[in-house]
Amino acid sequence: MSILLYRIDDRLIHGQVVVGWGQPLDIEFIVLVDDVVAASDWEQELYRMGVPPEMELYFHSAASAVEALPGYRADGRRGLVLTGDIDTMRRLVDGGGIDAVNLGGIHAKAGRSPRMRYVFLSPDEEASLRNLAAQGVTITAQDVPNARPVALNEVLAGVEP
Amino acid sequence: MSSDPVTPTNEAPRAIVAGHGDFAAGLVSAVQQITGRGDRLIPVAVKQLSVEAIEQLLRDRMLEAHVRVIFTDLQAGSCTMASRRILRGMDDAVLIAGANLPTLLDFVFAEGRPAPEAARHAAERGRAAISVHGAGA
Repeated sequence: MSILLYRIDDRLIHGQVVVGWGQPLDIEFIVLVDDVVAASDWEQELYRMGVPPEMELYFHSAASAVEALPGYRADGRRGLVLTGDIDTMRRLVDGGGIDAVNLGGIHAKAGRSPRMRYVFLSPDEEASLRNLAAQGVTITAQDVPNARPVALNEVLAGVEP
Repeated sequence: MSSDPVTPTNEAPRAIVAGHGDFAAGLVSAVQQITGRGDRLIPVAVKQLSVEAIEQLLRDRMLEAHVRVIFTDLQAGSCTMASRRILRGMDDAVLIAGANLPTLLDFVFAEGRPAPEAARHAAERGRAAISVHGAGA
C-alpha cells in the first residue's frame, strides 16, 4: 500500500504535515480532500505553494476522492491522504480500504470541547469517531511522528499524554 | 535565567513576526538584544490555534498596530497560509515567508523607507546572509 498515512488536520497543508511527517516518511505525494479547496483555483494555488517542488499535491472533493483512492493506493510512490474534518474522512472510510486514521489537528471552535491540546470535539464528532472505530478503523491522535500515538479511548477520556 | 525584555522606545511597530512555537518571541528578543529596536516588531504566537483563529489573530494585530508587513518562518506554515489569505484583501501589504534574524535586523534599521519596501529589501538581505562553512564547503 502506498498511502502511508490518512490524517485529519484542519490546517490541511502546514509545517507538521509537509515537514514533520513528509520528511521522515519520505512522502512523495499528498492527496488533499476538501470540497471547498477542490472547487477553488485560488485555494489550490495557496496550498500548492506550501509544498516543496519534489512533492506532488492532488486535490479532490470527497466524492471524487472515493473514486480516485484505489488508483493512489496502486501508485508506486509514497503518499499521504489529508482531510480537514472528520466527516470527510468518514466518507473516505465508507468508500473502503482505510484501516487506520491519524488525528493530527482538530482545533477549538464553538460547540467543541477540549480532549487534547490539539484535539477538540463536538458531540457529533465524537460519535462519528466512535462509529469509525466500531467499523474496525484504528484511530489514534499523534501530531508529529515522534509523539506517542494516543488511542481513541484515551483521547475521548481527555487524558493528555 | 536572564531574559531580554523589549523596552518600549515610543517607536511604532512596523511589522508582525509570526511562526511556530516561540519562533517570533525568540527572533524579536534577538533583534532587541542586538539593536535595541525590538519594539519595531510585534511577535505573535499561534500555538494550537485553528487556521481561522490564526487568520483572525494576525488580522486583528495588523489592524490594531496599523502595520502592513508580516514576517513568517516557513513557506508551508499555518501563519504563512493565514497571512496569504489576509493579503488577498490588502494590496498594500507584504508577506515575507522564511524570515531569519538577518532579515529582521535589516528591516528594523530601514526606517527611512516605507515598510513594505524595507521588507522586500530585508528579504534579499536575509537570503544572502546564509552561508556554509567547513566539511568541503
